[in-house]
Amino acid sequence: MAKQPSKAASAAKKPAPRGRKPAAPSDDPDFILHSLQDEFEANKRYKASPEEMIAFYRQMLLIRRFEEKAGQLYGLGLIGGFCHLYIGQEAVAIGLQSALDNDKDSVITGYRDHGHMLAYGIDPKLIMAELTGRQAGISKGKGGSMHMFSTEHKFYGGHGIVGAQVALGGGLALAHQYNNDGGLCLAYFGDGAANQGQVYETFNMAALWNLPIVFVVEDNQYAMGTATKRSSAETRFYRRGTAFRIPGMEVNGMDVLEVRAAAEVAFAHVRAGKGPVLMECNTYRYRGHSMSDPAKYRTREEVQEQREHHDPIEGLKKTLIESGKTEDELKSIDKAIRAQVAEAADFAETSPEPEAGELTTDVLVEEY
Amino acid sequence: MAIELKMPALSPTMEQGTLAKWLKAEGDRIEPGDIIAEIETDKATMEFEAIDEGVLTKILVPAGSEDVAVGTVIAHLEGEGEDSAAPAPSPAPAAEAVEDVPGEGKDVGRKPNPMPTPAPARRDPQVPEGTGFTSTSVREALRDAMAEEMRRDPRVFVMGEEVAEYQGAYKVTQGLLDEFGPKRVIDTPITEYGFAGIGTGAAMGGLRPIVEFMTFNFAMQAIDHIINSAAKTNYMSGGQMRCPVVFRGPNGAASRVAAQHSQNYGPWYASVPGLIVIAPYDSGDAKGLLKAAIRSEDPVVFLENELVYGRSFDVPDLDDYVLPIGKARVMREGSDVTIVSYSIGVGLALEAAETLAGEGIDAEVIDLRTLRPLDRQTVLASLAKTNRLIVAEEGWPTCSIASEIISICMEEGFDHLDAPVLRVCNADVPLPYAANLEKLALIDAARIVEAARKVCYK
Repeated sequence: MAKQPSKAASAAKKPAPRGRKPAAPSDDPDFILHSLQDEFEANKRYKASPEEMIAFYRQMLLIRRFEEKAGQLYGLGLIGGFCHLYIGQEAVAIGLQSALDNDKDSVITGYRDHGHMLAYGIDPKLIMAELTGRQAGISKGKGGSMHMFSTEHKFYGGHGIVGAQVALGGGLALAHQYNNDGGLCLAYFGDGAANQGQVYETFNMAALWNLPIVFVVEDNQYAMGTATKRSSAETRFYRRGTAFRIPGMEVNGMDVLEVRAAAEVAFAHVRAGKGPVLMECNTYRYRGHSMSDPAKYRTREEVQEQREHHDPIEGLKKTLIESGKTEDELKSIDKAIRAQVAEAADFAETSPEPEAGELTTDVLVEEY
Repeated sequence: MAIELKMPALSPTMEQGTLAKWLKAEGDRIEPGDIIAEIETDKATMEFEAIDEGVLTKILVPAGSEDVAVGTVIAHLEGEGEDSAAPAPSPAPAAEAVEDVPGEGKDVGRKPNPMPTPAPARRDPQVPEGTGFTSTSVREALRDAMAEEMRRDPRVFVMGEEVAEYQGAYKVTQGLLDEFGPKRVIDTPITEYGFAGIGTGAAMGGLRPIVEFMTFNFAMQAIDHIINSAAKTNYMSGGQMRCPVVFRGPNGAASRVAAQHSQNYGPWYASVPGLIVIAPYDSGDAKGLLKAAIRSEDPVVFLENELVYGRSFDVPDLDDYVLPIGKARVMREGSDVTIVSYSIGVGLALEAAETLAGEGIDAEVIDLRTLRPLDRQTVLASLAKTNRLIVAEEGWPTCSIASEIISICMEEGFDHLDAPVLRVCNADVPLPYAANLEKLALIDAARIVEAARKVCYK
């Protein structure tokens, strides 16, 4: 391995300053930016039990059908504003969140958030009703597609400003550390957000303070209409923690078992008190950036190639059939999910809009 | 059962479009994800993708049709056997209703606040007779408030640049590291956007952060988190997300530090629903209001003033001196004219009132203390008494707190006005460095006196 930079070596000679840790990261003269990749590569596909495998399939399919229905309701004018669909990226949320300890861990993401909520098993009716702006929605209809939360599940949004959730996630991780509750924060952001300055401000503090956080770049190849190579000098996003001594991982985000295996490695690292991890999940969104994006920046063939050869649901379906499941069994799962989603859509269409009085509630918590 | 395919809305504003091309013909089998048609709007050509599977039985709107309204049925799709669009036979029981307590939201998952939160005080607490007073600098009063709240509630911590080992860039956090240790007094790198976000996230995660900005000028790098993350999230979440964070630090002009380091952000933050904005003047208010800010469940912007840090005022020797947020204070009673001010302007207003008294004009001085929510009652009650009002504000005149006070007087106090309300503000220029120009730009007591004379027609 390369020699250590002289700066780190000289820093090590100084007495450790008083801080939150016995030694600052830069005091470590033996520091080698180790990748967690080798550990991950050694066991690259999670050995899911048959039950787990079916659960992953069911959850990914629920996201897929939910999002298709959301797109349909948008087309009918029942959903307004911006609506960003997660179709194609299902394996990322399911692979990662299935490995969480939901009693302790927190999750935060950006505005493409429907899938992350469904991964918790939150009732699709409450999510769909939020999309249609109804009182029964999870944010009482006041947040919409981009701003949904479930403090009950330690899901902290649902944030509309690109990259803001990364710093907020750093704060959630600080709270885990402060309370010594054993939890970690899983903070998702996209390849577009990866170019925001606050992401690196947060990397610095997370590494400096050894915060329990897993940063996940969901690289779906396009920041709105801009391909990563047109916006990013370094498109291998897992490397971008290097300057902050954050180990990176590169993961096929189209394979739920691979994502889950990577999650196991990353979470174990963080839970062992070794500080943050940066994971890049390579994935692909089939739909436009939002509903109003005609997606003219890529070819139909490119999308078709992903759908036909890399689809996370079809991929898992193949594994399931190899392991003895029948087409009919899987078809009946699909049928049940379609019914569940149809019911959610029906609920979201028919349940009432917020009372006019809701206009002025929840601005402040207290009365002054 | 036939599924109706309707003209889709493809953007938030689309009302109609052109059905440019059918990519499927009647009788074609459709799989979910197939592109059925192309639709043109004034902005783009979009593909209309199938959601359901089946056979396209009837095309109702031919290719090339213009101005097709969103929602128009454009084709029929015949599902096959298992009809995915059919609603579930019996509606499942509705999701368990969660009682919606006003001001509480559907916060089924949040731990109850372990600290008692007494009903909000409507007026300053009575200081019992015989209570002693200690002359305390504003700097010490702020430190004492933080220390007392940190002793009371283990969730409270301070973070910011130079707050710990350096003891505070302006020494407001002096001694806190020694008492509370590095876990609760956290030095941050110079990274305002980042640490404002981390502080806000920590508040969402259940802690009570006090985020110190070395000055509020630097908080412009962080204003996105103060407004978009801290102020709006409770509303956007239907009351689920709490954000009990205090952003504090010096605000307004210091001395000879020029334009980028000399700005009053009171009007900026006071315009934002979801924030509490406090700007105290003296030590007692600084202490009592900072304690209230730390206890508040809402995000608070707490604006201090560097030039006032070193001034000393009496603070009552009480164990727990907490003042009500949203209440102005009558600093000096008078009958001829009301001078409304806040922060450093209050000192100038009191000085002006002394001069005016010598001229036989009896001025009442009101310290707003809280800029949002603004205590309109106290302002209007004083106006009803004096019938003349001026606003003294160390800040720009345009879209200022003064503008807001004038608006309140017009809307709700018009009948009481015997003269137009005047504002005394800084010059409408970036603050210059040169001593003489700086002096010209900033408000002073003489200009307040002059405005008071003017509304008294003297």
